[in-house]
Amino acid sequence: MLTYIARRLAGSIPIILGITMISFAIIHLVPGKPTSAESALNPKVSLQVRERIEKLYGLDKPIHVQYLEWTRRLLKLDFGRSFSDGRPVIEKITERLPVTVGINVLSMFFIFIVAIPLGVKSARSSGSWFDTSATFFVFLFFAAPTFWVALLLMQLFCITLGWLPISGITSLDFEYFTFSQKVIDIVRHLALPVFVSCITGLAAVSRYMRTSMREALQQPYIYTARAKGLPERTVLYKHAFRNAILPIITILGLSIPGLIGGSVIFESIFALPGIGRLFYEAVMMRDYPLIMAEVVLGALLTMAGNLIADIGYAYVDPRIRYAKKVS
Amino acid sequence: MNKLLLVGIAIIGFLSAAAILAPFISPYEPSLIDSASLLMPPSYAHPLGTDGLGRDLLSRIIYGARISLGIGIIAVGISLCIGVIAGSVAGYFGGLADSIIMRSADIMLCFPTFFLILATVAVLEPSIINIMVIIGLTSWMGIARLIRSEILSLREREFIQAAKAIGASHYGIICRHLLPNALGPVFVNATLGIAGAILLESALSFLGLGVQPPVPSWGNILIESKATLGVAWWITLFPGLAIFVTILGFNFIAEGLRKHWGYNA
Repeated sequence: MLTYIARRLAGSIPIILGITMISFAIIHLVPGKPTSAESALNPKVSLQVRERIEKLYGLDKPIHVQYLEWTRRLLKLDFGRSFSDGRPVIEKITERLPVTVGINVLSMFFIFIVAIPLGVKSARSSGSWFDTSATFFVFLFFAAPTFWVALLLMQLFCITLGWLPISGITSLDFEYFTFSQKVIDIVRHLALPVFVSCITGLAAVSRYMRTSMREALQQPYIYTARAKGLPERTVLYKHAFRNAILPIITILGLSIPGLIGGSVIFESIFALPGIGRLFYEAVMMRDYPLIMAEVVLGALLTMAGNLIADIGYAYVDPRIRYAKKVS
Repeated sequence: MNKLLLVGIAIIGFLSAAAILAPFISPYEPSLIDSASLLMPPSYAHPLGTDGLGRDLLSRIIYGARISLGIGIIAVGISLCIGVIAGSVAGYFGGLADSIIMRSADIMLCFPTFFLILATVAVLEPSIINIMVIIGLTSWMGIARLIRSEILSLREREFIQAAKAIGASHYGIICRHLLPNALGPVFVNATLGIAGAILLESALSFLGLGVQPPVPSWGNILIESKATLGVAWWITLFPGLAIFVTILGFNFIAEGLRKHWGYNA
């Protein structure tokens, strides 16, 4: 197990290097210098000021030196200061992080408690009306653009029916609420965003679970278990389910970039103060240090997620651990 | 031919025809501003209503089909070119080329695509060309992996050895013997890719970082719906429905082809 982990960790070093290089390269795609975007047309910004800014961000040095200095600061989680308000980038990100992580963990939780039983039931009764209608809804959920679903639900629940608040994470008079009122307030604000961020994942995970469970149910050991006269429950949950759930671990890891990327869309629609909306604001303001930091952190998070998923998979399935090659 | 495939082809065929024939079938000019009919609900004169500038929604959606379908298809064309070349080189030659190409694919897969695209758009200014290129450059990895694994499984087969024995060049073997045998799954993947690219483009345009007004795309028509929520439901409903039906159509084709050719994945 330890050698497997060591091998996987060693394998991720070139990937980390690649991530930093690509992130760095994107920002330097900009025609001209990062400082000219704001100041070139602005006569109030004198040449001296521009030079001072360039010095501050090391823009006057050759590009490979800039890259090395940037990665050195990266190791210390120092992403520089935001162009827009001068605060340290890392501070801006960490204060926004809990909202995004919270919503994603919640939606993961709902995806799994709904999609896995759904997939299992579909696989068991494959071809039945239940399976057919589940397949139908999976198609619909896959095809629905999340931001459009969000708009339609806002129209229905927030405006036509007036049941839910339209944006933000708390009401204006939140601080005067009692504890239970606060909880209800947050739940009412988060209901739609969490539901919307679940949609695609729900369709994907239930589909994968169905395929995986169907494959497991066709294995010879299931015939053996049935032939032994084991009760159907045991056959399903002890023999088939345990094997079928394994690939879902990988899906969990693979779904992280989608969740992080998707947060940009629904956080800006529902005006939630998470890192997705922060990123959107950074892009709109051309706040390069913040953009760079979020791109790098997003990629590193994804990589860490995949790493953890792979190690988890190896932990539960010894065949992976002992395989010579990691594909 | 199964039902799914037929329905998918019918949907996409209809939409493509509408896109190609846009100047002949759309009732109005897509950017014709009519101050006498602002935010009109669907009526006989405007079947899908009008927007806040009095522009006919149906015409804008028909012209939007050109942009959205066009971007989807060309973006996937770009990712196909990169993916097929990268995948065949990696799979056929193996060794160092293989490790470098597949490691690059792994690195690209780590980036949340939407972050990567937004960051690039922030640097390069949003334009239709940039969006197509950026989506293409960030979505070739799946196709490369697919081609590589197909070629790996075909490489040692007898007909390839035969081709080598009669002195066929590497290029000839890849293009004449390997790729044609690997195209099925790639086609399925590319069809899904078009759907994905259209979704990406519409989300980008919706955030104001994609196709820029006044050029209509399904995503940027929806921008206005944020402001007219509760006032003009048709502006929210119809452009989204167009995206939804298109994605559904491409997904039907992909699933239909998969069943038709008998892949199980």
